[in-house]
Amino acid sequence: MNLHEYQAKTLLQKYGIPVPRGQVISVAKQTPTVTSEIGSSAWVVKAQVHAGGRGKAGGVKVVKSTAEAQMVASELLGKTLVTYQNAPDGQPVNQVLIEETLPIARELYLSMLVDRSLERIVVVASSAGGMDIEEIAQVSPEKILQEVCSPLNGLVDYQARNLAFKLDLVGDQIAAFSRLLKGLYRLFKENDLALLEINPLIVTTDGKLFALDCKMSVDDNALYRQKALAEQRDWSQEDSKEAVAHHAGLNYIALNGNIGCMVNGAGLAMATMDLIKLHGGAPANFLDVGGGATAETVTKAFKIIMADPNVKAILVNIFGGIMRCDIIAEGIITAVKDVGMQIPVIVRLEGTNVELGKQMLQSSGLNIISADGLTDAAKQAVLSVA
Amino acid sequence: MSILVNSSTKVLCQGFTGKQGSFHSEQALAYGTKMVGGVTPGKGGQSHLGLPVFNTMREAVKQTAATASVIYVPPAFAADSIMEACDAGVGLIICITEGIPVLDMLNVKAALKANGARLIGPNCPGVITPDECKIGIMPGSIHLRGKVGIVSRSGTLTYEAVHQTTALNLGQSTCVGIGGDPIKGLNFIECLQMFEADAETEAIIMVGEIGGSDEEAAAEYIKSHISKPVAAYIAGQTAPAGKRMGHAGAIISGGSGKAADKIRALELAGAVVASSPAGLGEAVLAAIKHKAG
Repeated sequence: MNLHEYQAKTLLQKYGIPVPRGQVISVAKQTPTVTSEIGSSAWVVKAQVHAGGRGKAGGVKVVKSTAEAQMVASELLGKTLVTYQNAPDGQPVNQVLIEETLPIARELYLSMLVDRSLERIVVVASSAGGMDIEEIAQVSPEKILQEVCSPLNGLVDYQARNLAFKLDLVGDQIAAFSRLLKGLYRLFKENDLALLEINPLIVTTDGKLFALDCKMSVDDNALYRQKALAEQRDWSQEDSKEAVAHHAGLNYIALNGNIGCMVNGAGLAMATMDLIKLHGGAPANFLDVGGGATAETVTKAFKIIMADPNVKAILVNIFGGIMRCDIIAEGIITAVKDVGMQIPVIVRLEGTNVELGKQMLQSSGLNIISADGLTDAAKQAVLSVA
Repeated sequence: MSILVNSSTKVLCQGFTGKQGSFHSEQALAYGTKMVGGVTPGKGGQSHLGLPVFNTMREAVKQTAATASVIYVPPAFAADSIMEACDAGVGLIICITEGIPVLDMLNVKAALKANGARLIGPNCPGVITPDECKIGIMPGSIHLRGKVGIVSRSGTLTYEAVHQTTALNLGQSTCVGIGGDPIKGLNFIECLQMFEADAETEAIIMVGEIGGSDEEAAAEYIKSHISKPVAAYIAGQTAPAGKRMGHAGAIISGGSGKAADKIRALELAGAVVASSPAGLGEAVLAAIKHKAG
């Protein structure tokens, strides 16, 4: 789950990490109050969307007067911002963050994440801030610094110093950076973050450190114990069908094709999408119904798949496992009737009682095609939309 | 021979009296797995499925001399269960639970290392040596004892691999579902190493998916350490970048973790990579033929 920049910055402040003075607004006419409260002679107005590349897409603007700030805010609010990261659909701007501008001397990069192969929390830093880390990795990989945190001791002072000196920080900045980094580590652990990125971390002309921009994402598996963060989830930033599926307890991801997929197991669901592509079709979605595949979950899944107007056929691929195929077939038949399905449903079943299951599907009198195996299922699905 | 588990493996179940624990323990007993009891805190002293229930793992291991434990507890308590099994001296821990927070798994990995215990999973179907020992949620009936070792990040794709090798009468030596989480216990390399050393395993099927670089690391290992034929399949060739595809670990991020890179690495290492999940059986046959020829 991703947080907005303004939400992330509220958290940063809570952990003593300096951020520019600012306030978030959702109505442009609040601008004068906010600019006068912040003070400053210039401000930056930033669209709040869950995507990078906002600056290049016109979502971040520096303004010199309150009138200009209000004009930019009213332009951005209610608009759909399309950046290179969320293209082609873009995301709605429901809030803008107005902040003071600061005199920048240097831009640094700082992030914290769980490294899968090291199985540790890792701090990544670079003196080449302002660029994407992927870009830094390509252009000047030698500028990427890393410190690995031990699960026993966490992030310790000398590691912060290692980074601070390599980042060419001087004087008081060294201690300030150490404090900041240790605050970030505490924040990361206490809030179950999956990623924390400050880019850029700036050094002002008077030598102070500030987090100018910040991205945070929270480990979805930990949301049960991060209730306050879970409540901050902004569903407007996510695909509406994915949001509905999430609330129905289903794992669904929208794609651009016309063959809807309903599969048990994440790996098989991905493999089914690949298989459709291999046989010349295009999958409309990823959907894992889990092990159960009862009439109730199948009905829910069908409804979510059908909400996509591009879907012209549905491929159901279930490896029965411990659950018997005749029970799954019964669930599919009930769901097809309940939903009033108009388009063909191609079903591939495997597992215990598979023959009985297939027979039930064939004799249902519904628009259900019972396939013989994986390849046949994919071919039939592609054929049915041709 | 087989790897990890066999007919003498004594198995405990954590979360024994719960719905999942009860159902799958019953299935395991019916399959012939040597289940010796289970743990549900607060229910110690009772009997369940004809086996003793204990309050703690320490007590359970002391009374039963179990060597393995399978965990069916909810995600909020699963990391604790793994650490409890580890502390009680269980050498092989299988965690089926999906949804354990990543930061908890970092602590779990440190505990495993300190105790020298092996973990399979979490978020996995478990491990089975056909006709001897089934630990987990896989359907026993699709298996056939034989010569292919299977290791996979996905549950249902493991079943596909099993189904196809059974249909071709090749059978399986042991099947290990290593799970779909980013931080997990046994990985491809450890399993490949065990399969290479196992006399009964004549060929290996490895099923990977997008996210991380474990398949690339496995490919490097295959190149230098594996003499047996290897067939592979990688799921997620059509997956969009930046989206988590069901499994916590299945995500392409910052240009890494792509299916195409994994496939290329495995092909360069000499593995036969199936282009379709329906082609796993044929791929392993081709790999065997290629090595023999």
